[in-house]
Amino acid sequence: MTSHTNYFLQMKPAMRLSAAVVTILGSAVAYGQGAKVDFVKDIKPILQAHCLSCHGPEKPKGDLDLSTRAAAVKGGDGGTSLVAGEPDKSPLYTLTILPHDHDDIMPPKGEKLTKVQTDLLKNWIQQGAEWPESEKLVQVKRIDFVRDIQPILETSCVACHKEGHDEGGLRIDTEELALKSGDSGPSIIPGRASESSFWKLTVLPADHDDLMPPKSKGGPLPKEQTDLIKEWIDQGALWPDGVKLVQKAKAAVAGGESPELVKSIHDFIVKTSGQDKPGAAYKQLIPGTEVSFEMLPIPGGEYTIGSPSSEAGRKEDEGPQKKIKIEPFWMGKTEITWNEYELFQFPDQEKKIRERRSLKGINDPVADLVTRPTTPYVEMSFGMGKDGYPAISMTQHAANTYCKWLSAKTGQFYRLPTEAEWEYACRAGTTTAFSFGDDPEKLGEHAWFVGNSEFKYQKVGVKAPNPWGLHDMHGNVAEWCLDQYLPDAYQKFTEAVTTTPWQKATQPYPHVVRGGSWNDDPELLRSAARNASDPSWKMQDPQLPKSIWYLTDAQFLGFRVVRPVKIPTAEEMAKYWTSGTEKD
Amino acid sequence: MNKEQTSPVTRRDFLRTTGAVVGATAVGALSVERAAFAAPNDELKIALIGCGGRGSGAAAQALKTGNVKLVAMADAFKERLDSSLQNIKAQAPNQVTVTPETSFIGLDAYKKAIELADVVILATPPGFRPHQFEEAVRQGKHVFMEKPVATDGPGVRRVLAAAEEAKKKGLKVGVGLQRHHQDGYIETIKRLHDGAIGDIVSMRAYWNDGGVWVRNRRPGQTEMEYQVMNWYYFTWLSGDHIAEQHIHNLDVINWVKNAYPVRCHGMGGRQVRTGKEHGEIFDHHAVEFEYADGSRLFSQCRHIRGCWSSVSEHVQGTKGTADVGANRISGPQAWQYRAQRRRDPYQTEHDNLFDAIRNNKEFNEAFNGAKSSLTSIMGRMATYTGQVIEWDKALNSEMDLFPEKLAWDALPKILPDANGFYPIPTPGVTMIS
Repeated sequence: MTSHTNYFLQMKPAMRLSAAVVTILGSAVAYGQGAKVDFVKDIKPILQAHCLSCHGPEKPKGDLDLSTRAAAVKGGDGGTSLVAGEPDKSPLYTLTILPHDHDDIMPPKGEKLTKVQTDLLKNWIQQGAEWPESEKLVQVKRIDFVRDIQPILETSCVACHKEGHDEGGLRIDTEELALKSGDSGPSIIPGRASESSFWKLTVLPADHDDLMPPKSKGGPLPKEQTDLIKEWIDQGALWPDGVKLVQKAKAAVAGGESPELVKSIHDFIVKTSGQDKPGAAYKQLIPGTEVSFEMLPIPGGEYTIGSPSSEAGRKEDEGPQKKIKIEPFWMGKTEITWNEYELFQFPDQEKKIRERRSLKGINDPVADLVTRPTTPYVEMSFGMGKDGYPAISMTQHAANTYCKWLSAKTGQFYRLPTEAEWEYACRAGTTTAFSFGDDPEKLGEHAWFVGNSEFKYQKVGVKAPNPWGLHDMHGNVAEWCLDQYLPDAYQKFTEAVTTTPWQKATQPYPHVVRGGSWNDDPELLRSAARNASDPSWKMQDPQLPKSIWYLTDAQFLGFRVVRPVKIPTAEEMAKYWTSGTEKD
Repeated sequence: MNKEQTSPVTRRDFLRTTGAVVGATAVGALSVERAAFAAPNDELKIALIGCGGRGSGAAAQALKTGNVKLVAMADAFKERLDSSLQNIKAQAPNQVTVTPETSFIGLDAYKKAIELADVVILATPPGFRPHQFEEAVRQGKHVFMEKPVATDGPGVRRVLAAAEEAKKKGLKVGVGLQRHHQDGYIETIKRLHDGAIGDIVSMRAYWNDGGVWVRNRRPGQTEMEYQVMNWYYFTWLSGDHIAEQHIHNLDVINWVKNAYPVRCHGMGGRQVRTGKEHGEIFDHHAVEFEYADGSRLFSQCRHIRGCWSSVSEHVQGTKGTADVGANRISGPQAWQYRAQRRRDPYQTEHDNLFDAIRNNKEFNEAFNGAKSSLTSIMGRMATYTGQVIEWDKALNSEMDLFPEKLAWDALPKILPDANGFYPIPTPGVTMIS
């Protein structure tokens, strides 16, 4: 929780207003007539960035050279440009405050000077236009906000300083906020990098507590970037009208993942994994909590995906049948329940549990960096129960991010199953419509479906498991798979035996959903039956933009996790955890 | 507020006005008569007042109903308006003609935006609704407004008066109690009205969940800015969560009963959500409402994480029971609604409103909106005071929560103490006038 200053509240009402006015006017007031203007700090950056490209010592335009004080006083074709003590007679100032469409406005091209900058010029001239002889100016590159600064802020700052994440009371996603907010006053003082905490905090030693971005979030920034920020502030911290920043992942690899984070999760997994013997079941405790889940071994092998055209209730997209080879993995014995999912969904609650159990810090430096869902607006179990009941109504992006968080938390690589893995595990060596045979009459012993569910999901693991010990593969909640849904997916398997196929998603819809649910008729619960996600699954989300975390209308949809025996590379992990795109 | 501006435009006034500014009308919004009887394919101009996520969603839904253009927007905060505009444009690039000149920022920005539209969407924090609805009706505009439509007795009275005026002017008014446009609810309640479970003798309603966002105070904000930004936690703005969310469930029971409660009593407080960032509202309310036929509604709403949660409505009849939200009837006439194709009620409510506007059908949800809002306000009065609250007492309450003066540098009526904490209502002590 951000701490914030309430000094403000202790004042009398009349004073509050004046405090607000001071803050709003900000630096303009601070640099009124009284303040001493410093040539090196305040004026030099303006002249070098905005004037010297045309008015340098070599062939200056209008014969006006602004590289030294003497040259500026001498002036050019139009006479002197600088009369010390008299800003109104100094074209160096008067030409900068003309209307922007005036023919004589300086600088004529590109961004005009801001009021703060022209006031600095005015006051500096007023105060005698001190300009040490040693200061010979040269042109410096004018910082272009959009090209030079925006990418740095969007990848390294906005994540913690945006709406709802205004750490330190600072938001930097719009100009208005960047230049005004901040618990300890404005963090950017245009023209004065040396007095702007915004820059100063980026150049602290790497182990300093106040370093920005903090070490845990990838700080310190490279020197080229901190230099750009300094130069940008010194040149007036110009921010083009209306540019609003959005959080971006750093130098994105496939799917826009932050490679540093995935790399640290990967390293943690490599260090931790290997304790579990392939082929043996295990129980995974989520560190820092009392919540655990069971994983069952699924042997590698071959099977036939899809259903024969003779199968009752079969649809076209279940064929043609193809031979598939699957590598060994573990699979969740049951669907993920709210017990596990809420730890991910409500980070504050999870932190409280850790604190209560004095387990502050277990594995968390990494896991806490994984993005977590926003607070839902509606009650997400829809009254169907939480303790021991399957989690529902999450987007595939949310399920993927859960896997990433769980991996960071446990040090084991978890992900969603591919469609081929899912059907393989569901069949558990069978070739019949269901893993217990072909007779839908027996479905009630093995599954929750519309005929017995009382119109709601039920506790996981109650019905009889399939031959490999997995519960609720048929029914209860339908389950997310990784793949993009293609009606003709199996036609693309051209080899005699296709090994570990995965139709990597490139669009947000449709993704594969398997197993059928409490709300479905028996034929949708068959081992081969395929379903596909649809935008209507979040149609009741009343907001715009709609949430990337919740499918409010998919109250029949959950997931279970798998863990491949072979640990993939960090790059592969990133691909698994960012299947498809999060935005609709 | 300026008296002149809030006095209703009479029919004669507006005939005079439209005569005088023919030129302006031609390029601006339709005149009241034309808007009131817009032909099926005429272009309808909408203005969005309150550009949060819900307002943006409502605007996008209005645009989907047909030949509709978003022409103006208003919000208290520029950043809100800007991101909303971006989001709506991304959805409907050819139906947005908003320019900087038709974007209005500030607490009274709504008036100018309303002028430019045929239909206005009111989606600011609820406390502003009565004044804005009044103004929209005064200017002769159709309205879609979010729930609740008021946060206190004086506000409800304003809305009821403006609703009458809207009726006289032939204006259509939709209220965001979208369950009225949700097929499962409609079908279930139709059966209940037809006697599927006999006489309804007892009712329950819940919005028990974990609560919503908090927006932290920023340095330099005036108290008014802070409260408007973090509006959920101030009763004058949100009505407390019993009004802001639980109204949905209370409204369903009113609908099932075809009536509004005559009195209520209850209890509530704040046990867990007690920070200064949580303003003054309670984190739980439990209220027993009594209807004229003697039947009782037992209502709970809670914003506390990690507890039993449910958002639902249930009714007990002489011949069976119904889980209304699950669209299920149990008993001799057991029945479950199963959709062939689900329709989005948030879309349907706009489809229905715009259909009524284009085809001049009867459509005025403001009366029910005001009375269901009052139901929730009455419940809040009961939990804040610990007293029995009668319907008429709530309706005629003189307790006006709205600031004396609405401006960023003016003070709201509720203020924090030296440590930043707000006074909390205390049952047995707090009084309602």
